[in-house]
Parts: sequence; structure tokens; C-alpha cells
Amino acid sequence: MLKIWFSRYPTVIFFCAALFSSNLSYAEQVVVYSARIEKLIKPMFDAFTKNTGVPVKFVTDKAGVLLERLKAEGKNTPADMLITTDAGNLWEAVQKGLLEPIESETLEANIPAHLRDPQKQWFGLSVRARTIVYNTQKVKSADLSTYKDLANPKWRGRLCLRTSKKVYNQSLVAMMIAEHGETWSEQVVRGWVANLATEPLSNDTKAMEFVAAGKCDVTIVNSYYYGRLIKKKPNLPLAIFWPNQAGSGVHVNISGAGITKNARNKHAAIMLLEFLSSKKAQNLFADVNMEYPANPKIKPDSIVMEWGSFKQNQMNVVAAGELQTEAVKLMDRAGYR
Amino acid sequence: MLNVKSEDRSTRTSFFNCSPYGFRAIFSWRFIPVLVAVLVLIPVGTILLSFLAPAGDVWQHLVETILPSLLINTFWLTLGVAVSSALLGVSLAWFTAVCEFPGRKFFSWGLLLPLAIPAYVMAFVTLGLFDFTGPVQTLLRSWVGPEQFWFPNVRGRLGVIIVMTLAFYPYVYLLARNAFLTQGKRSLEAAQSLGFNRMQGFLKVALPMARPWIASGVMLVLMETLADFGTVAVFNYDTFTTAIYKAWFSMFSLSAASQLASLLIVIVFVLIVMEQQFRSRMRYAETKHSSRIPRIPLTGWRAWGVAGFALAILFFAFLLPITQLIIWATDTFVEEFNQLYLGFLWHSLMLSGLAALLTCSVAVLVVYSARRHPDTVTRVAVRIATIGYALPGVVLAVGIFVPLAWLDNWLSEMAMQLFHIETGSLIQGTLAIMLIAYMTRFLAVGHNPIDSAMQRITFSIDEASMGLGLNGWSMLKRVHLPILKGGIFTAVTLVFVDVMKEMPITLMTRPFGWDTLAVRIFEMTSEGEWEQAALPAVALVLAGLIPIVLLTRQVEK
Repeated sequence: MLKIWFSRYPTVIFFCAALFSSNLSYAEQVVVYSARIEKLIKPMFDAFTKNTGVPVKFVTDKAGVLLERLKAEGKNTPADMLITTDAGNLWEAVQKGLLEPIESETLEANIPAHLRDPQKQWFGLSVRARTIVYNTQKVKSADLSTYKDLANPKWRGRLCLRTSKKVYNQSLVAMMIAEHGETWSEQVVRGWVANLATEPLSNDTKAMEFVAAGKCDVTIVNSYYYGRLIKKKPNLPLAIFWPNQAGSGVHVNISGAGITKNARNKHAAIMLLEFLSSKKAQNLFADVNMEYPANPKIKPDSIVMEWGSFKQNQMNVVAAGELQTEAVKLMDRAGYR
Repeated sequence: MLNVKSEDRSTRTSFFNCSPYGFRAIFSWRFIPVLVAVLVLIPVGTILLSFLAPAGDVWQHLVETILPSLLINTFWLTLGVAVSSALLGVSLAWFTAVCEFPGRKFFSWGLLLPLAIPAYVMAFVTLGLFDFTGPVQTLLRSWVGPEQFWFPNVRGRLGVIIVMTLAFYPYVYLLARNAFLTQGKRSLEAAQSLGFNRMQGFLKVALPMARPWIASGVMLVLMETLADFGTVAVFNYDTFTTAIYKAWFSMFSLSAASQLASLLIVIVFVLIVMEQQFRSRMRYAETKHSSRIPRIPLTGWRAWGVAGFALAILFFAFLLPITQLIIWATDTFVEEFNQLYLGFLWHSLMLSGLAALLTCSVAVLVVYSARRHPDTVTRVAVRIATIGYALPGVVLAVGIFVPLAWLDNWLSEMAMQLFHIETGSLIQGTLAIMLIAYMTRFLAVGHNPIDSAMQRITFSIDEASMGLGLNGWSMLKRVHLPILKGGIFTAVTLVFVDVMKEMPITLMTRPFGWDTLAVRIFEMTSEGEWEQAALPAVALVLAGLIPIVLLTRQVEK
């Protein structure tokens, strides 16, 4: 009976095969779980494959989901590499024992110490600077100084912020806690909340559009969002300001990667990671999304260069992970939604 | 109560007649709901197991800070969306099913179109248009001057309720319309013979008779609202789901997130049981189409009022968002479109189609066997089997994935020990697993329309067909399926469209390279590039229209 079915219906066979075909593959390749979206990572993978002939397979998802996935798959995971868009999730991957320390002189030479894990389990690949953007018709750059200053009552009703649910803001506050302690940071966050012109917004672009439209005068965003918006609408009365230049520097986060503990293609995966820190890939990081290359020898995109150079906060970004939970609790207490 | 006799006479149409003893003796219809319930219970159980892992500090923090206000938010949101969806869905269904007014034919299918637009897409389009920086407020400001200008807060509670209502009312509309089409005019006739006027007839006869449909539809809306994350995130409106996401993604505590989700399961379960109790005291029966009875002609201002009302809903729920999407999509077309899109489209259609077929086949079996064996075990099993829809997709996705990965690891361990071969993962990343995962999530969507349709079939029909020697499969096939056709078609459409819009399960269980349109939307929106997401969103809406247009033909009969 079954036999007749299968001989008569090749489509049935095809179908069953399609339904049950799994991801079995043994040739040398690198498999990546990426929280960085396809558009912003595939160009680097393509360049790697072109250079080495080693193909890269990847899936994208939220970082938190990818971590659970790695954990559940355990020894059988197909993934060799994890890429995230923040340091916090890489820190959490280390806590869960999902990553493997990597000894690589290339990586250590290419990536500055504050942008990689002290335990060598992950490395920053691009820098995301969280900075201040203001309305040029209402604010002079001389009026601006630090993140803390935005808590000053002189900004009452003039500040717009993205929601505290976004990891970029959590990292910012976490690093603030690391540097200045909890009480200090809570005062600042409470000050921000008191100064809000409108309820927190769902993303950075919205926040800048609100500033440009005059609902508020100043906001805190990642610089590449500013780049994207200005590219599309060059006439908006917006400008970038680098805060904390007299102090410890602008808060930076990373998009980074680590090798999984149960990687099958460890050798190729390390090759890929090293490639991602190299000049060629770092240039791509700079181009595809106007982020800052993690490798200080590589220049950012020409538009980005016009924003001027700035002092980065040199504290290791690992603190963003360590103190993220504290930061979230603090922001909840302060009523920052 | 009816029982299947094991020695029935006519077996010619039976599917299992090749093995009269073995299968039939063991096989009982009563197993089906239990089996499906067990399948759903695995992910739900995985979530409930989280109570073994302590997450006290996260709980304490949430209870002390944000949880009280989240609960209030969630309560008002759910209530608001449920009530307004019911009002909108029922009234539109009544007008298009029973009355006659200008454009009725067009509206009867046109009002289904919003189904194809995911709620989160509706949300970002609406905010894009009506928020402070949108064209509407900008224009008004330039007329009035920024000082005197006032505009209601679009991002507030009312805004979310309106957007979700516009996105979800078609569930109620579709089901209620089904009810009114088959019995509306007839019941009105009966009411008039009792001396009621039209309004009384609607309120006292037609509405109560349509209750199983309306309740099913509202239940779907309720569950969808409770599970939603995308829409409320766009509005930054904090609900219970927000706390779940916060616990997991921000505070790295999946166990706290799962515990919160378990509470959601309990709440929904209670709601479902209440609705069921409320309904079980009634019997509904009517199978004949009443198309021969003429429609109520609306005249004058009433006719145009109704047409205007329908047009306004259609405008805000479909025409406006789709126009904005198309404008954005043409802006980004050159940059965003590439040959990959054919693949996305194909994957979306294929997954939705297969998942709809699987889910609705299972739903038919579940509904039928619950009818044949209406005992407590079965009833509870059916309730459990449909609970997946009320969970935030991402939590259910993990609940599905964790036991799956465990099974996979166990299998490859076995293969290693027994045959000394390294298999890697065997079942993960297969389409079969994806389809089963979709089924656990969307069974309620398939179940509710079919179940309401089944309740309309009188038990005397079952008895009569048993007298004719029909039983089991043969009765289902020859008696019930033809009558259930409308309900099944509705169910297939709803599941198809829902799977197409689904993100978390698709993201987590898809094989490498199996990106869909929804995955593409996720990627763009996760980077805040909403306007870039317009192109996949338009493609998704257009693809979702296919089954809706097919359904339309069915509806229009």
C-alpha cells in the first residue's frame, strides 16, 4: 500500500523529504546565530566567503531568544558563533556558559581592551555611541555638557527620551551606575523623567523627529540613527553633541561576537571572527550602518567623520551586562517607562 | 448521551475498513482531544515548570514598582478592545448579513480586508500619521499655530484600544456574520410574528441566537489582545506582556517571565471556562440557509448612515494604512527589493497554507470527537488544547523549543550509543516541527469557528444518521463535514492569515534560509526602520488577501 503510494506520487516523496529534511551538513562552514539583522551582517559574511571560500550560514532572532536556543541545544547546537548588538547579552551568554575563551593575537591587536571581554569570551566589532542630539533653532551647543546636565530643571519640558525598555538606555544607565554609583544615577534618571516633554517614545528616530518638530529640544540617541535620519531628511534642524568630553567621555556600546562552547567548526569560526576585526570587514561595519569601527585604525564613514571626533568612555563595556538588571530596577523605581 | 457502537453495519465509507479489528477496537474518538491537549500541554507544561526555578527578586521588584499599573492597563485594554470589537463586529455583521444598503455587497467582503494587516503594522502606520510629527498634526499646527494647538494624545490608552479594535474586529465580524446569514432573517421573522419590532427582534431573538459565534469571536480577540506585544510596544503602552518581556530580555530571568506567563494561562483558562459554562446552558440549532427571505431594505438617512459607518471603518482599518504603506514601500522599493523577496513570499504562503490545513484538520477532529463524547475529560482537554493562542508568542516559542531540543539531543545520544553515528540535530529545523508549533499556537483560531458551526447542528441529525447506519468517520464525512463547510472555510482563512503574520515561532523554529515576509518585517522594525518594513508589510498584506478573497466568495453565497 505504502509502496504504491510512493511510486505513484513522486510529489509525495518530495513533500515528505521537505517536511523532514533537517539541517544536516558536514562540510566546512560557519554557522552563526545573529541578533544583528541580515542587512547589517550579510555583507561581511559575503566578503569572508569570497576571501576564504568558507560558506557562512546564519539565522537572525532576538538575542534573548538566541541565548535560550543555544542553551537548549547544548552539545548539539549547530551554531559556531553568536553575534549580538549589545554587550549585555554577550555578558549573559558568558554567565550561562555558552561561549568559549579565544586566544587570538589578531583580535587582541585589533580590538581595544575596553571593547572586549576580560575573560576573552567575546569581542566588540563595532561601536555604537549614545549621544545627545538637539534642535539647532532652540539650543546652542554651549548650553549642553553632560548626560547628567539633562536632569537639570532648566531642561524641564524640553527633553524627549526613548523608552527604558530598549537595551541601549539600560546600558547607558548601567555604565552610569558603574561609574558613579546607584544613588547618583537614580537622581539623574529621576531628573530626566521630571524634564520629559512627552511620554517616552518607542525608538530613537521618533525621538529625533519630535525634537525636530519642536515638541522637545534635546534627546539621547545612538549616533547612527542620527546619520540615517539626516541622510534621508538633510534639512531637519538637528545637530549632534558629544557629552561628557570634560569628564569620562561618551557612553559607547558594542555590537560584538563570541565563539560558542560547542562549536563544530571552531577553526573556521575563529577565522571569521578575526576577519570581522580586520580592515576589510571593519570598513563594511562603518559603511553599512554608519557605526564606528571597533578597530581604532579604521576610519569611520565620511559622513560620520563630519560629526567630529570624540572621547569614548574607556570603562570596559562588560559593566553594561553586570549592572543591567540593577539599571532596569532603578529606571522602574524612577518611573522611567 | 450518544455512544459509538463498535459493531456498526455500514463500513463502506470508513477510512479504516481495511483493519476491522485492530484499529477500530483501540481507536476511539475520545482520544483525539486528549492527544492534542497533551501536545499543547508540553510547551505549556514547560512554561509552568519555571516555578521550580526561583525568581523571587524579580517578582518582588515587579510587584513593588510596575506590576500594579500594568495590571490596570491590561484590564482596561482587554475590556476596551473586547467590548468595542464586539460592538463593531456585531453591528457590521448585522447590517451586511440582514439589511440592504448602498454598497452592501462590496462592504460584506471589504470589511474583512483589515484581517490581512498585522496589528503592529496598523499601529506604526497610525502613529506615523497621527502622532505629533505625523502629517495630520503637522498640517493642523501650521493652520492653527503651535501655541493654541491641541490634539488628543494618540499614544494613550484610547489610541491603543482604537488601533487594536480596528485590527481585531474582523474576527467577531466574520463569525457573527456567519451566524446572521444562516439564521438572522428567519429569527427576525419569528420575532415579528411574536409582535416584536425590528430592534426588539434583533436584541431579543437574533442576538441571543448568535451568541456562540459572537462569544467565540470575542474570545479570540481577548486572547490576541492579552498575548500582544508588538502593538503595545509601538505605543509604549505597558501591559502584562511588557512585564514578561522585561523579566526575560532585560533582567535575564526567563523563569520569572515564564511564571508571569503562567498567570496569564490561568486567567485565560478561567475566562474560557466561564464562557463555556455560560454557553452550555443553551442549545442552538439551525442549519438551513435563509437566503430566500428578503433582506430588510434600509432607506433614506438610515441607508446612507450605515454605508457611511461601514466606509469609515474600512477607511481607517484598511484604506488609510495600506495607502501609507504603499507610499513608504515605493520610496524604499529600489533599495529594499531584491530577488530574495520571491523566496520570502513563497515561504510565507507555503507555511501558512500547510499550517492552516493541519490546524483545521485537527480542529475538525477535535470538535467532532468532543461532540460524540461530551464528557468532562474531553471538555477539559479541548479547553487546554486551545490555550496556546493566549500566550505571548515568544514565550510559547521557547516552551515549544526547549522540549524539542531535549528530544533531539536524546535522539542523537541514542544514535551515538546504538549505531555509533553522529547525527547532529534530527528534528529541529524541519518543517514538520514548525507546522506542529503553529498548530499549538493557532488551534483556538481553527477550533472556534468550527466549534460554533458544529453547535448549530441538531443532535437529531446525528441520531437520524446513526439510524441509517452511519458512524464514526462515515458520519463525519457524509453528514457533518458538508454542513460545517462554512465554519471550516472561515477557520482556514483565519489560521492562514494569522500564521502569515506570526513572528516569534517562525523566527525560532525556521530552518536556515527560511526567511518569510514576517521575518523581514521583524528585522526592519527591530532596527527601528519602520518605513523600510513597508515593502515586506505590503507584500504580506497582499498575500494575506488571497485567502480572504477566496473566503469572500464563500461568504457571498
